[in-house]
Amino acid sequence: MQSGKLLIGNKKFKLTIDRLCHQLIEEYGDFKDTCIVGIQPRGPFLADRIISRLNELVPDLHLKSGRIDITFYRDDFRRRDKPLSASTTELDFLLENQNVILVDDVLYTGRTVQAALTALQHYGRPNRVELMAMVDRRFNRHLPIKSDYKGLKVDALDEAYVKVLWEENGEEDSIFIYPTKPE
Amino acid sequence: MGSLLSTRHLLGIKYISEADIQQIFETADEFKEVINRPIKKVPSLRDVTVANLFFENSTRTRISFELAEKRLSADVVNFSASSSSVKKGETLLDTVNNILSMKVDMVVMRHPAPGAPQFLASKIDANIINAGDGTHEHPTQALLDAYSIREHFGDLANKKICIFGDILHSRVALSNIFCLLKLGAKVRVCGPPTLIPKHINELGVEVSFDVLDSLLWCDAANVLRIQLERQDLRYFPSLREYSNFFGIHKELLDQASSDTLILHPGPINRGVEISTSVADSKQSIILDQVENGVATRMAVLYLLASSK
Repeated sequence: MQSGKLLIGNKKFKLTIDRLCHQLIEEYGDFKDTCIVGIQPRGPFLADRIISRLNELVPDLHLKSGRIDITFYRDDFRRRDKPLSASTTELDFLLENQNVILVDDVLYTGRTVQAALTALQHYGRPNRVELMAMVDRRFNRHLPIKSDYKGLKVDALDEAYVKVLWEENGEEDSIFIYPTKPE
Repeated sequence: MGSLLSTRHLLGIKYISEADIQQIFETADEFKEVINRPIKKVPSLRDVTVANLFFENSTRTRISFELAEKRLSADVVNFSASSSSVKKGETLLDTVNNILSMKVDMVVMRHPAPGAPQFLASKIDANIINAGDGTHEHPTQALLDAYSIREHFGDLANKKICIFGDILHSRVALSNIFCLLKLGAKVRVCGPPTLIPKHINELGVEVSFDVLDSLLWCDAANVLRIQLERQDLRYFPSLREYSNFFGIHKELLDQASSDTLILHPGPINRGVEISTSVADSKQSIILDQVENGVATRMAVLYLLASSK
């Protein structure tokens, strides 16, 4: 694999997650009627991390959580070269009147988030939806979508590829940037 | 363009691989979650038009396909031979080409002639799904049967499945045999000697004429209907005699393990091949099969559409 440039290492990664948690506490307080929904396949890594840290920071936290798969909602079905396999959706509550914090690892074109918003509609009408991304790549957004909470802002060329590595995948928590997308 | 399946048509289980079947099952798992939601619909096939061409009667399969298509947001046109120009002498190819001129992307077809879907697939550009062709194959039925058994046992490898009844005229039996063998199950067929095709053991299945012995042997029993409409001869003296010797009754089932599953692809002739008490017993997963039918057909439609 080509060599990438380290953007965030292990130590700063944990600090970033801490910061995101405190931003959420500032906004939501006791998290009443609030839920965190991770976008499959990598959003749940960040979502689970946030939930476990919030559990340490907020006594008696009652925060619902789920994960949503957007494969069936994508706008590039029958248009992409390699079709995608579906992942599991686990959302065992309705979103009616809930505050939803949608979580993904990298926000880039915004199309994944658009598909996730469509998918969320099938679970009721949320009170509001906010977006959290570990990495926000501000250039080459295809849609008017922005993140409300971001771990790291990355401004890079379109060809560049930003990857978030997770301990859960047997790697060291970190964020790398590559000149091009690895094969 | 890439595809998650090795084929762009589902003509029969014979022509797809074990990996294809597993891919269909894994996708069906996700669709099963979808159809149990308050809003049971996804927009995946929103720009796909599907024609359901039924040249032979069907209730369950047609409704199941239509529901699957609608749950995927496809546009659906329905066609049945009894109310069409087929009666006026139009050929199959002309009928289908006319429908395709209306920009149809996929065709789900049931036809009395074995091989009709293969013929179409060689002539036209749409994805073809065989919904039953004569006595040949009924692949989606086999997929949903195997999926329903997998749901209970987790895996089909080395599971013993016995198919009871009219094997000779049954497309469900043939598709089931191909599907179960590909998934590593042990398969037996059981019925009157006149309704078991010669040389069927060459497919790799056991043959038995003893219903009780087969019920004791199997982990799941798939009971098929006697297809009187396809029988040109008398293969057994009377329905009553068939029921006495080859029907699945409570007294027989009570002797088998209480974990033995009972499947039936429908329509059921209660009191002939299966008694009411067996069809409605706790071991029966007949209604699960119907629910799983929609999920597996959604998976097939979705995966084939993505291969376009």
